[in-house]
Amino acid sequence: MKLLLKGGRIVNPAQGFDAIADILIENGHIIEMGDQLSAEGAEVFDAQGFVVAPGLIDMHVHLREPGLEAKEDIVSGTRAAAAGGFTTIACMPNTKPVVDSAIIVSGILHRAQYEGVVNVKVIGALSKGQLGTELAEIGDMILTGAVAISDDGSSLNNNSLLKTGLEYTSMFHCPVITHSEDDSLVEDGVMHEGAVSAMLGMKGRPAVAEDIAVARDIMLAEYADAKLHIAHVSSKGAVELIRQAKKKGVNVTAEVTPHHLTLTDEAVKSFDTATKVNPPLRSADHVAALIEGLQDGTIDAIATDHAPHAFEEKDMEYKQAPSGFTGMETALGVILTGLYHTGKLTLLELIERMSTAPARILGLKAGTIEVGSPADITIFDADLEWVVDSSKFYTRGKQTPFDKKALKGKAVATIVNGKFVMRNGEVCT
Amino acid sequence: MSKRLISLRGKDILGLETMTVSEMELILATAQEMKSVIDRDIKKVPTLRGKSIVNLFFEASTRTRTSFELAGKYLGADVVNITTSASSVTKGESLRDTLYTVEAMGVDVIVMRHSADGAAQYAAKVAKPVIVNAGDGAHEHPTQGLLDMFSIKEKKGTLSGLKVAIIGDILHSRVARSNVWGLQKMGAEVHLAGPKTLMPRDIEQTGVYVHNRVEDALDGADVVNVLRIQRERQHKGLFPSAREYARIFGINQARLNLAKPDALIMHPGPMNRGLEISPDVAYGDQSVIQEQVKNGLAVRMAVLFLVLMGGKDIETTA
Repeated sequence: MKLLLKGGRIVNPAQGFDAIADILIENGHIIEMGDQLSAEGAEVFDAQGFVVAPGLIDMHVHLREPGLEAKEDIVSGTRAAAAGGFTTIACMPNTKPVVDSAIIVSGILHRAQYEGVVNVKVIGALSKGQLGTELAEIGDMILTGAVAISDDGSSLNNNSLLKTGLEYTSMFHCPVITHSEDDSLVEDGVMHEGAVSAMLGMKGRPAVAEDIAVARDIMLAEYADAKLHIAHVSSKGAVELIRQAKKKGVNVTAEVTPHHLTLTDEAVKSFDTATKVNPPLRSADHVAALIEGLQDGTIDAIATDHAPHAFEEKDMEYKQAPSGFTGMETALGVILTGLYHTGKLTLLELIERMSTAPARILGLKAGTIEVGSPADITIFDADLEWVVDSSKFYTRGKQTPFDKKALKGKAVATIVNGKFVMRNGEVCT
Repeated sequence: MSKRLISLRGKDILGLETMTVSEMELILATAQEMKSVIDRDIKKVPTLRGKSIVNLFFEASTRTRTSFELAGKYLGADVVNITTSASSVTKGESLRDTLYTVEAMGVDVIVMRHSADGAAQYAAKVAKPVIVNAGDGAHEHPTQGLLDMFSIKEKKGTLSGLKVAIIGDILHSRVARSNVWGLQKMGAEVHLAGPKTLMPRDIEQTGVYVHNRVEDALDGADVVNVLRIQRERQHKGLFPSAREYARIFGINQARLNLAKPDALIMHPGPMNRGLEISPDVAYGDQSVIQEQVKNGLAVRMAVLFLVLMGGKDIETTA
């Protein structure tokens, strides 16, 4: 059965293409693009008034499986992805057990193939058990399908291990992804250090803790001649360090989250644990620097750091609650509302940061719409107004600082390998 | 001056950042009346008979808990104390479930002390009884702020235009934060001094003046509020030694002489004599430290009375 996407506005940053056209899909691939394609023998989807984009890619997701299924699993997590308009997600290795061997990589890939509704890519751990002492079997994991290596969740304190990890991983042309915050400077801080933490009496995580870690990570990547990707950049100092490093030719890329782009530490005044995240929501000057970095290309990609937790884990006193919240079902709406409708990013730029760039960083055959490419496509209504209701989420993690917020823009259909996995907000299957 | 009815009936007392000037004025005026009850031979009045109050303390406290307990009892309420060591919290019960349990017993007011900043806000969100914050982490301790203001006003007649110096560990102090909000709303000028390592960054954005030299804060001050220095801060490397702290930041008579001759000396207690305050200053003529304890009782009587029984017409400028 063929599928014809009719009359949508195709926005494909990989080719700088932005025009109304039809797309014909067969056997999971795009077989024809153009005006007024024949609908003969095809199911027709009327895409008029919608944006047709290469499938969105979230390169920073915590699927929590194996071991932490009370928070999320492959079934719920991939459905949340489909609902949010993501066709491919990459999952972080801080599970129980940690993804530090090939058998766990293949286990997740296998489960995702049968239980998942979107493409799942696996990020393997840099150190065994993410303990920061010994290298994990990085080569074995990459040869089994891991697309990047990371000890995400905390910063590696061991400079020597990060150095060897970068050197070793570079042999396989894979990026090392770092969570950059210096542990000894953040200690048990729970929010951004600044005027708001001063007023609330909460222990701060100073921005300089991120700056120092990013500076170190860049220097070691340069030394090791390795590919470095900095996760969830949140400080203005880090943006400037990455900007300078890129100018110098260091092989570094970076991502930023929707929440760091649109919220400030003022949100913590509610004492709502849904605002607790690492790195923390920072002050407005940092947010402005992140947006500037995203505009000028210093920051390559937008990723959610989707980090679901069970209700009882987040329903706690602020300092006891775990950090992180869900993001995949709000990301597109938040970015369209906060950056596109405010004129800070064009649609071409926005889709580049959410699809083309993450595909490039992870070396995926995705992030473009062209004849012959796999039919991973996100269709969204850039002007649809809706209100976030976390109780309706597909993810098990219902905590989000965006709950009850009014957003403008939403995915209306998600197509993976030529098949609808979401239509009108409802996940198929 | 106009007459206006303001009421605190059914209102949670979470902090002074969110309290209005007229609400604070109402509490201070009511505390003045309550203070006379404490000096009576027979202290018990039947005002809150039939009301029940639970002191839910997740952190050690002697004076604040006793103060709230007596405040409730003098007004005729039934008061029960729950402390962590004696509750199901040690069995891993969540704060929500502990609050639900207390609520289910028909309690009218929960007075809560907790080590987590924002715990009082959380309690107010999930539980139906009135929540009175008796200290949440380093965030706020509103009744301490109110009793400090009451003590100053009692001696100075007003708070407006006064220079109040708060000395010591501002970073970890809920007392300092409640004072910072309350005093400034009442028109006082607040000067903070202490080691830079115990001073929250950007706190001057609340309107206060920040000094690293204690002498600069003391200069011409009307009130000197000395905060407790916890020894564990030294172990965390925030200052090198008790003797160095005493030498550079301790309040002794020589330093106190920089303030106005009639400046008040205050301390929320418990004191480390010889560390943050010298004994001659603590027991000297300018000290109102003991009076603060009595005023604390009066303020807590006022708060419990007002959240349960409502308000009244007061003269207000607000």
